[in-house]
Amino acid sequence: MTTSANWAEEAVRAHAGAEHLTREEQVLERIAKARARKPRIREERITLSHGAGGKATHTLIEAVFLDAFRNPLLEPLEDGASLTTAAGRLAFTTDSFVVSPLFFPGGDIGDLAVNGTVNDLAMCGARPLYLSCGFILEEGFPVASLQRIVASMAAAAERAGVQIVTGDTKVVERGKADGCYITTAGVGLLDRPVALSAAAARPGDAVLVSGPIGDHGITVMLARGELDISADIVSDTAPLHELTAALLDAVPEGVRLLRDATRGGVATICNEVAVASQVAVVLDERAVPVRPEVNGASELLGIDPLYVACEGRLVAVVDASCEDAALAALRSVTIGAGAARIGTVRDDPPGLVLLRTSFGGTRIVDLLVGDPLPRIC
Amino acid sequence: MRFVDEFRDAGMARALATRIAALCEPGRRYKFMEVCGGHTHTIYKHGLEDYLPETVALVHGPGCPVCVIPMGRVDDAIAIAERDDVILTTFGDMLRVPGGRGSFFDSKAAGADIRMVYSPLDALKIARKNPDKRVVFMAIGFETTAPSTAMTVLRADAEGLDNFSIFCNHVTIIPAIKAILDSPDLRLDGFIGPGHVSTIIGCRPYGFIARDYGKPLVVAGFEPLDILQSVYQLLRQLHENRCEVENQYARVVPWDGNLRALQVIGEVMELRPHFEWRGLGFIAQSALRVREAYARFDAERIFAVPGVRVADPKACQCGEVLKGVLRPWECKVFGTACTPETPIGTCMVSSEGACAAYYNFGRFSRERVKEATRA
Repeated sequence: MTTSANWAEEAVRAHAGAEHLTREEQVLERIAKARARKPRIREERITLSHGAGGKATHTLIEAVFLDAFRNPLLEPLEDGASLTTAAGRLAFTTDSFVVSPLFFPGGDIGDLAVNGTVNDLAMCGARPLYLSCGFILEEGFPVASLQRIVASMAAAAERAGVQIVTGDTKVVERGKADGCYITTAGVGLLDRPVALSAAAARPGDAVLVSGPIGDHGITVMLARGELDISADIVSDTAPLHELTAALLDAVPEGVRLLRDATRGGVATICNEVAVASQVAVVLDERAVPVRPEVNGASELLGIDPLYVACEGRLVAVVDASCEDAALAALRSVTIGAGAARIGTVRDDPPGLVLLRTSFGGTRIVDLLVGDPLPRIC
Repeated sequence: MRFVDEFRDAGMARALATRIAALCEPGRRYKFMEVCGGHTHTIYKHGLEDYLPETVALVHGPGCPVCVIPMGRVDDAIAIAERDDVILTTFGDMLRVPGGRGSFFDSKAAGADIRMVYSPLDALKIARKNPDKRVVFMAIGFETTAPSTAMTVLRADAEGLDNFSIFCNHVTIIPAIKAILDSPDLRLDGFIGPGHVSTIIGCRPYGFIARDYGKPLVVAGFEPLDILQSVYQLLRQLHENRCEVENQYARVVPWDGNLRALQVIGEVMELRPHFEWRGLGFIAQSALRVREAYARFDAERIFAVPGVRVADPKACQCGEVLKGVLRPWECKVFGTACTPETPIGTCMVSSEGACAAYYNFGRFSRERVKEATRA
């Protein structure tokens, strides 16, 4: 029975200093080492997993894009790049939108395209100013639908205080795209002396979220109509620049990093922080705000709300001494009314996200593998 | 959330943990197998082991529908999917299972029309919408999912749909448990019985486990308190020198099962003489196939598939893990060559697989975390 276990033991005995560890701990060390290796893309073709925001997406970004484009501005892989120009510091970002269905309760692809890029700028600590937009349209797409999308974009831009100042349109043959895809890029002014970074978290910091999570992802999944489940929820798509401004005004020194919890959800952000800062992020499941409708749908589908996308929620890591002021600042803005502290940064074990479950147990929260697939029984 | 939170109450868990600890005899070690992958998932997802004394070990069993599918069957299904006129549908968990030549995902990326469904009825919908295509549902699962597959065949028959068929991989739980009981490698003190399977087959079929093998079995629900309570019931039986089948999940599982569901399975399917299980090899009368009367809905009869046996990769020890002989991390390739993103074995694929559950939820040192999170 123990042949393989012996093998594992021998393999790890080789590396010095491990004698005090149990056999299981030695295997865990070995796995941690394997995970720290440079990511390599093994697939011959792109699969849907590469777009799901989990491990495969990270591998694709690091092994293909970062490998080819590597430069100091890109390397931190933040939501946007911080550029220093003669005129001052700018934040620059881009995002593409391929949501299906195009229209869903609470918004449409147009709202997302504006808010997504506005929020990436806001997460850099910037004041969003100008956006570009690129449309890829499928032959046969109704002009009325396009007008509806564009009207949403105009309204969202006004709400966010940005202007769409340049654009591009391409039309592809029927069947070569799914109706309408949009890419936006954005520029914002970094007029605060902040240096937000996923690598800036320190042991003791508090992890905050600005409101209930998972509304957008569950809304869109249900809107696809494939599940025959209906629930009274709408997408949370919203610009977050007022929220970040309120927070950075209240505790300018205390904010380590800001992330909007889009694809991959809160779990993915916490993993990025844990790895980049070499800390442990310990989440308290009971403290994570989730609407009962989202919880219910997630239970039915076998999905963890921690991985479900939001389009109007942010995660902030703040110095523990600023926690109360930070929460008060978030709650002072309407969309931040449900802000809560969901966890703590600790020093050990570095690189891991741990969850204290509401049941009272402990588990880790890893990056998602593949699409968030439902369990079958 | 009602009907969920009640079964995840930390206060009740602490009370049960105290009673469990009190039932453990000093110096004795206990090993219970949870047969069902759904239980494995719950145990790891809620961190249930934090409530168990060190002397009580939970061993993961073979009841993960995706894990027991041999590579040859995956290759067969992919061969069907690669036909131009076919849309292959299956459950999401199946899509990443590696076959001899890659997974369904790989085949989909290369152009095959493979779609994830939540129910076989969704596959039927796709068949209605695509009359010019032949829609195949790759059916997997134990007795839990077999009735819905059988019902779908009956409905397709009633509607006269001629472009729908199933690639049947349904398996039955009792022969797998028997194979484990007959395996010389494992010493168990009792079983946490599968809850969902038992809603269909009831509790009677487990009688032989207590009677002939002298092991208690408690059919358990899928919430963490259900499992903790079933551990308590097992320990209580041992403490009182009883050896019985008990039903902890009586709120869902009728003692005699669901006769109607069993009739539907029997109408459409029959036992195969033998079926290959991943890692466990061929087990007699352990799987279902479509009856002759419904041959026109049987993908195995409609399509010529390679039907070859593909040996498991040498490094993979899924069989030992499925039998509970090895803990996931004791496998040679666990977490290094075999990870959820690049699985070698099936146990690393499904969220109900023991390896995936351990890797995704339990890959940390409890001692070290206790130390780090001490307030």
